[in-house]
Amino acid sequence: MSLFATQAFAGGHRISMQGQRQLAMGHTGVAVIGQNAESLFFNPASGVFLEDKWSISAGMTALVSDIRFQNSLYNWKSETSNVGTPFYVYANYQVTDRFSLGLAVYTPYGSSVEWDRDWAGSHLVNSIDLKTFFIQPTASFKLTDEISIGAGLIYVNGGVEFNRNISRSLMDESGNRSDVTIDASGVSAWGYNLGVSAKLDDYVTFGINYRSRIDMKAEGGDTKFNNMPSFLSQAYPNGSFDATMPLPAELTIGFGYQINEKWLVAIDYNRTFWKAYESLTIEFDNPLVGTSVNPRNYKDSGTIRVGAQFEPSEKFSVRAGGYYDISPVQDGYFAPETPRNDALAGTLGFTYQITPKFGVDVTGTMLYFEETNNSYNHYIEDGAHVSFGGDYRSSAYSVGLGLSYNF
Amino acid sequence: MKRYQSLILAALAISLTSCEPEFENEVSNEIYSAGEVDFSSYVAVGNSLTAGYMDGTMYRSGQQYSFPNLLAKQFAIVGGGEFTQPSFADDGSDLGGLLFMGQPIADTRLIINMQTGSPENWSGTPSIEVSNLQQRAYHNMGTPGAKSFHLLAPGYGSIEGVPFGTSNPYFVRHATSSNATILGDAVSMKPTFFTNWIGSNDVLAYALSGGTGSNQLGNYDITSYGSNDITDPQIFASAYSVILDSLTKDGAKGVVATIPYVTSIPHFTTVPYNPLTAEAIGGEEIVNQLNENLFENLKAVLALLEEEDRIQLLNPNGSNPLLIVDEELTDLSQQIQFIASQDPQLASLAQILGAIYGQARHATAQDLFVLGTSGVIGQHTDNPMLENMPEPYKSLFGTMGVTYPLEDKYTLTPEEQVEIKTATDAFNEIISTQAYGKGLAVVNMNATMSYLISGIRLEDGQYYTEDYFNGDNLNRVLFSLDGVHPNPRGYAFVANEVIRAINNHYKANIPMLVVGNYPGVTLKASN
Repeated sequence: MSLFATQAFAGGHRISMQGQRQLAMGHTGVAVIGQNAESLFFNPASGVFLEDKWSISAGMTALVSDIRFQNSLYNWKSETSNVGTPFYVYANYQVTDRFSLGLAVYTPYGSSVEWDRDWAGSHLVNSIDLKTFFIQPTASFKLTDEISIGAGLIYVNGGVEFNRNISRSLMDESGNRSDVTIDASGVSAWGYNLGVSAKLDDYVTFGINYRSRIDMKAEGGDTKFNNMPSFLSQAYPNGSFDATMPLPAELTIGFGYQINEKWLVAIDYNRTFWKAYESLTIEFDNPLVGTSVNPRNYKDSGTIRVGAQFEPSEKFSVRAGGYYDISPVQDGYFAPETPRNDALAGTLGFTYQITPKFGVDVTGTMLYFEETNNSYNHYIEDGAHVSFGGDYRSSAYSVGLGLSYNF
Repeated sequence: MKRYQSLILAALAISLTSCEPEFENEVSNEIYSAGEVDFSSYVAVGNSLTAGYMDGTMYRSGQQYSFPNLLAKQFAIVGGGEFTQPSFADDGSDLGGLLFMGQPIADTRLIINMQTGSPENWSGTPSIEVSNLQQRAYHNMGTPGAKSFHLLAPGYGSIEGVPFGTSNPYFVRHATSSNATILGDAVSMKPTFFTNWIGSNDVLAYALSGGTGSNQLGNYDITSYGSNDITDPQIFASAYSVILDSLTKDGAKGVVATIPYVTSIPHFTTVPYNPLTAEAIGGEEIVNQLNENLFENLKAVLALLEEEDRIQLLNPNGSNPLLIVDEELTDLSQQIQFIASQDPQLASLAQILGAIYGQARHATAQDLFVLGTSGVIGQHTDNPMLENMPEPYKSLFGTMGVTYPLEDKYTLTPEEQVEIKTATDAFNEIISTQAYGKGLAVVNMNATMSYLISGIRLEDGQYYTEDYFNGDNLNRVLFSLDGVHPNPRGYAFVANEVIRAINNHYKANIPMLVVGNYPGVTLKASN
């Protein structure tokens, strides 16, 4: 269970770190075939193009993200630094030369942000820790020598713990701010993904991958009120809540171009259907507490990814890439639990084949965010919309290690 | 190969060290400035509004939210020094109130009792002892109850005067000597900057008493003033100029604040003039009985005196006005008694009708009612005259505000309001003129609080009004439960007005407070 460790990605809750080799190429890969078992994540149709009977890959990344916030009108200054550890394990087995089976385990969503308790935005969030764990059995099948299709069934298990202050001013008799923690674990849901891989000619490959929307429905999570003043502690006993968080559908298309034996380039475009995330709605069992509707109003967004691989020898290869990730968060909905604006990422990595079967991948990434002045304008206080905002600036970097064994 | 490896490791090493995000314009204490002001010794003079009085008293936790204390925390960012306030360490249970020689002389703070839903004095005995003399000057010299001329009055802090009402128990607690003055003690703190928000009590005391005091216009002998009187403007002007001269004699900069109209504080705006629905009176049947047995007769009697308009019949389908005593009206007691005695049906009631309704009338939208009226309306008077009445009159009469007129102390009639407004305008004119003459900043609290009547939207989008706590505005209410003084949130609002004035007038840049982050009304599960 310790592997479920906190994951973070500059506050956004989608973490694109599902394979060290592909991450080093800007996390492209929907059209990259024949690399290693990482392909199972990027395109379920690609397993059948793997060359070995067994392909196994595993890896983990240490992701450090920093968020800073300030507002000169009120002399507000806050920062938070969080470490996440997304990981993956993939295995693919060629049943025949036209059919393969695989199993993928990965952690594409997660968020951990912990602000100083009672900071300026504590009525919106003190801390959030969202964890998900995807298990995906996969099958891929060659329709022809050039075209394959694949599908995976996704089982998700996850949880969230979220804490915020009850309001901007409520406190108990000793002056401690009143807060609420909602905690749901063991939330499970099902989804699927579908893919097509195609060799257009000897050099160019094409891939398309669709991942379904998955609604994480927390039912009967724990609600715990802390430091409530005595006049409310009777009316606000600890109880339970229901909430749904959608993990949006994603569509990725891309091309790979094997320029020559040493050089490979790839380009992907992801479209994430974030519009599904309209609000974080928490229904408390206690009718006095009611339902907390926190509009998010995300928009669908895209990410363009490019990457290149240079493989001068069998033993060694080096990769570089980058991507530009457009934030789904709209102006006025910039909540400090996911204070995420557009990101520009640079990636770099190498693989060293210790033996022909066993390789080690090392990847580093760096994310650049522009400074942004934005606010969340949809906190309701006694019927009025109250805004919370200021300057935000984030940065993130990661270092990851991957292992692959093919035989 | 080695070459590649070292390149990659070097690249990774660089990426790991250059990641701390930075702002183009970093917020730090250095970006703020004091402008032309030296905040090293900030001294506040004024009345309860400066002292941090709220919920009807001074109490330990409330005092922390006095607007000068809130300001001092912001001033600390731009070179402000230590800011001291009179000690309330002896308010161990945070109840407020006052003891004098062990006997309670002021009530504990008001809280909302959730079992009754009403404001009540928090149960318990005060522990703030007036005779526990601190004998030192503080940076916050705000003294609850003080009028302009009190700041100059020797003996206002003398313990001997407490039983006679000639001194102020709050000032007694910390006056440096029995003949010290508030102003003298304030000046002894060597202010480099001051706020002066004095003057409200020079007119507010009259208003709070429901206009029972006198307007001392033209009377320059302050020794003859009662505590509920309106101060003469010339007395006010001369006291005010001594205060400003003393505070500025060593070059201190400062901010003065004007006095709000009473019409912009909930104490006078919460109780409507016409709360009496048929339901509130006891049902339609009672309304009809009252009309038949009392108001029709009374109206008929007054019609003969050409004063029929004083009384109207109750409308069973509407909100009816309160019945009040208006001392401006001609007293028709004898005439009413005489006419009633000629009517066989009313003869037995003639004396009572005359005694009770001689100066009674129904209220109009122009009348204001003090907050405490709501606890009196519908109660039965203890006037012994009604005890010997025959039925059905006995059970119908004597309901305060309905059949028994509310005493003068509960109402501000239009005439009283004019007196108050005229005095307030005169005082504010004096404040502005004198401040202008000395180049001081003026916070027009009168204008600001007038805007609160319709509401003020702050930078964060929250909308604040002068409303009293009504159950739906827990996070928005600015006034404490006494309906006159702000709560912590309201004092933060006041502090922001002062900061704005300093920033504008003295070219300073002091950060603002977040009004919504401060607590409002205190609620208790039970009392």
